[in-house]
Parts: sequence; C-alpha cells; structure tokens
Amino acid sequence: MRNVLMSIVFLILLAFMLYVAINPGDFGSSTGEHFVFGAPKFTDMDNYFIHNGQNQTAANNIVTSIVFDYRGFDTLGEASVLFTAVLGVGVVLRLLGGGRNDE
Amino acid sequence: MMSKIVRTQANFLYPFILIFGFYVVAHGHITPGGGFQGGAVIATGVALVAVAYGYDTIKKWIKKTHLTAAEGIGLLCFIITAFIGLSTSFFYNFLANSGLIFGNRVPYGINPGYLNTAGTLPIMNLAVGIEVLGGLSVIIMYMMAYGREVKQ
Repeated sequence: MRNVLMSIVFLILLAFMLYVAINPGDFGSSTGEHFVFGAPKFTDMDNYFIHNGQNQTAANNIVTSIVFDYRGFDTLGEASVLFTAVLGVGVVLRLLGGGRNDE
Repeated sequence: MMSKIVRTQANFLYPFILIFGFYVVAHGHITPGGGFQGGAVIATGVALVAVAYGYDTIKKWIKKTHLTAAEGIGLLCFIITAFIGLSTSFFYNFLANSGLIFGNRVPYGINPGYLNTAGTLPIMNLAVGIEVLGGLSVIIMYMMAYGREVKQ
C-alpha cells in the first residue's frame, strides 16, 4: 500500500517536472515571466556581482563577498550545521562510551 | 603513540600547517579560501599531532573544553558581527569603504590585493575560522577518546 502511494506521488512529480521541462513557456505565464531551463532570463545577476562587488564590499574575492555578505544568512546556516554536528557527535560518542564525564 | 620518525615529522610540520591555515583564514577576502577552508587546514594539524602522539598524550596538551569554547565564541562573534549592521539590514557590511579598520577602498578591476579592505568580511572569516578549527578538532578528539574506550 505504501509503495503504491509512493509510486503515485513519484509519477505525479515526474510528470509535472517533465511537463515543465518540455513546455517551459506555460510555467509562470500568469505573472508574465517565462523561465526557460538551461537559459535563465535573469543572467545579469552574476554580472551585477562582478561589476559592483568590488565597490560595494571592497573585497577582491567575489566568492567571499557573496558567501559572507550578499548571502550571509546562508553562511550562518552552514555554521549552525557544523555546531549542531559537533553537538551530536559529542552526545552520541559520550553515550556510547559509557556516559563518563571525566575528561 | 607512533614511532619516533613519525613524531619528529609531526613536530616539524605542525607549525607550518598552522601558519598556512591562519594564512588562508586571514587572506580570505583576497585569495581563494576563507574561514571554513582555513579552519579545516588547522584541524588537520591537530589531527596530525593527535595521530602521531596518541590520545593519552594529546589530551594533556589540547583540552576539549577549550576547543568547544573556541567553537561557541566563533559562532557568537559571527552572529554579533551580523547583528551590528542591523540598522540597515542583517549582514550589512557597515565597515566597507568607511575608512575605519578594514575600511579602505579597493580599486576596480585587477589589483595586487590589499589586506586593510573588505569591511566585516575579515572579521567574519576569522570568526568562522575559529569556529571550524574548534569544531573539527573536537570531533577528532571525541572520536579518538571513543576509540580508546572501545579498545579497553
């Protein structure tokens, strides 16, 4: 029963994605924006970073200026992921090792 | 504890690995790399010494509480630096082009690279570097402690 349900959900998602990939013009046409896979319309995003990154963040490394400034919230998530990983390793290994707290 | 050859090589390589890691962290806004990569390099130095000398010797030198404290302090500094610019927006680069510390302008286009630029990016690189070196090192220490307890 569960496998049948999962197969149906998978087929629906597959049909939707194939439809969008084959007929890109219909997707999002109500808002007047047409997304074409492989050729996105908003290609000037990377040009914006390349032309304005050095003036706005004063950093030569555009990758660092994106990671820590433009997309800083994403980096905060990465740092919290590492913190949570260390927390989990500490808890699990201390429990597996007998729960002693002498070191 | 491994043989004397391995220990001598670890003694020789350990400071260079640490210097290279801190170089990658400090030049994160100029050269490729940054906080995550540099912190991982420093953690490899800790792993080298831990493997060469064994856990029973290394736990007298490197305390796990210090590493976890470094991790927490790094994450806290990162979040505080992000919150200082909150008057404009979260993660606003309030130090860039301001003339204060790390506040020099950088010329547009190709240039040799200047350390005193990029505003909050070096501070965030340093904070993330401290966090990653503490986190990865303490993972190594925890795993070695668990392996020793399993062996006993």
